[in-house]
Amino acid sequence: MQLRTFLTTILILTAGAVFADHGDDHKSSDQTQTHQQNGHDHNHDHDTSHDHGEEGHGDAHHDDCGGHHGDTFDPGATAFHHIADANVYSIGPLQIPLPCILYNKESGFDIFMSSKFGFDRLGHGDGHYAYKGYVLDGGTVKLVADANFPKEKVEIKGIRHDEDANAYVCLGDNEYPTYAKSTADFGLFGGGITPFYDFSITKNVVSMFIVFMFCLWLFLKVARAYKDRQGKAPKGVQSLIEPVFLFIQDEVCKPFLGDKYMRYQPFIMSLFFFILGLNLFGQIPFFGGSNVTGNLAFTCVLAIFAFLVTNLSGNKHYWEHIFWMPGVPAWVKTILTPVEVLGVFIKPLTLMLRLFANITAGHMVIIIFVSLIFIFSQNGANAIGGWGTVIPSGLLSLFMMSIELLVAFIQAFVFAILTASYIGAAIEDHHHEEAH
Amino acid sequence: MVGSIAAIGMGLAVIGAGIGIGNVGAKAMEAIARQPEAVGDIRSNMILMAALVEGAALIAIVVAFLVA
Repeated sequence: MQLRTFLTTILILTAGAVFADHGDDHKSSDQTQTHQQNGHDHNHDHDTSHDHGEEGHGDAHHDDCGGHHGDTFDPGATAFHHIADANVYSIGPLQIPLPCILYNKESGFDIFMSSKFGFDRLGHGDGHYAYKGYVLDGGTVKLVADANFPKEKVEIKGIRHDEDANAYVCLGDNEYPTYAKSTADFGLFGGGITPFYDFSITKNVVSMFIVFMFCLWLFLKVARAYKDRQGKAPKGVQSLIEPVFLFIQDEVCKPFLGDKYMRYQPFIMSLFFFILGLNLFGQIPFFGGSNVTGNLAFTCVLAIFAFLVTNLSGNKHYWEHIFWMPGVPAWVKTILTPVEVLGVFIKPLTLMLRLFANITAGHMVIIIFVSLIFIFSQNGANAIGGWGTVIPSGLLSLFMMSIELLVAFIQAFVFAILTASYIGAAIEDHHHEEAH
Repeated sequence: MVGSIAAIGMGLAVIGAGIGIGNVGAKAMEAIARQPEAVGDIRSNMILMAALVEGAALIAIVVAFLVA
């Protein structure tokens, strides 16, 4: 109950602060401290004008190169920006630089901190400098596509986005196009095959390290407790982990994997607790809001592991049932075999997409609910609309967040149970008299 | 234009998945009402079945993303 009150308060307060902040253009730049993730699209315009002193307050909103989208608020773009990976870690309004490891054919590997881009510590993650031909656009590194662009550290005027979300770097009087960002999501979110590769320790990687270290610490602690307190009742965090662990063991591992469950249990448990940890970590408001399990590259790796474990442990019966299903006429086999072979690949594919789609959808819905404030306030023009929506929007987001807590558990459980059932089907001993 | 057609297709796929998951849920509720002592087994099988039905909708989502 206390936690719920705390969350409600913090949500309403910050939403109000953002709104109050951009409602008044003439406050000092210290005022930007109150703005945070959800409102940066609006604050960004006068951030740049404060820092450069190039533009007057009045026409800052009409500057093509300063802001993200000018006067209009685009909830879709905001949502996609927030579920995407970034080269800065944001805690509330604070932007923390992260190491960038970049590769392109011309200059090879470049390793530097993203603070080289000179973004505002309390801002949006737009770099004021270009470094080695890279720029930071909304927290993401992009490579300038023009060979004439200077390779050393130069101050840029800003980054302009056109209707199709292509980014152009403004330097002097010229505009230079950039390549799409480098992501491993098969181009679904505007990235894809690019002339440069981003191997950086991004926000998602940092979140992954944090959750991994936390899981390691927690489980080593629990394991030690079982050794030290042998024969005694569980105590402390042991009592939290034991029921969850036994639930997965009894509901997932034993029924699906049969007698040999101990061989695969560590894998299933690792999947479950790692996904659960990352799901819950992504739910913490304003603490990065990392969307690791909603990242296709991450879920793809998990699915590849599930695929490898399933197929490498598949026995003779498993392969026989795929390529030459016993007990059916030969002409049926010609239809069945391609279907079964496809099934081998579709199973991990749906594992990958299910987790990705569920977590991403949850994050997006919350962001859209928060965006309602800015939609109804017409981007700061309508104060009554904005303030009037703060409470309904906060309540809707809170409702969605509680649903997401449930989804975090269910999706981790579903991933574990499906992986277990695929492995179980691959290692099962068939009794042909009974089965057919 | 292609985007809107993809959205319609995705909507149709979601109808199918919705009917499927609805059936899974309804039958599971019936089974639980008939045999409350088997609630644990029924629940985990229900989630498994719902997850499998969801697969069809997920493929539709991906097609919509790729086409849009």
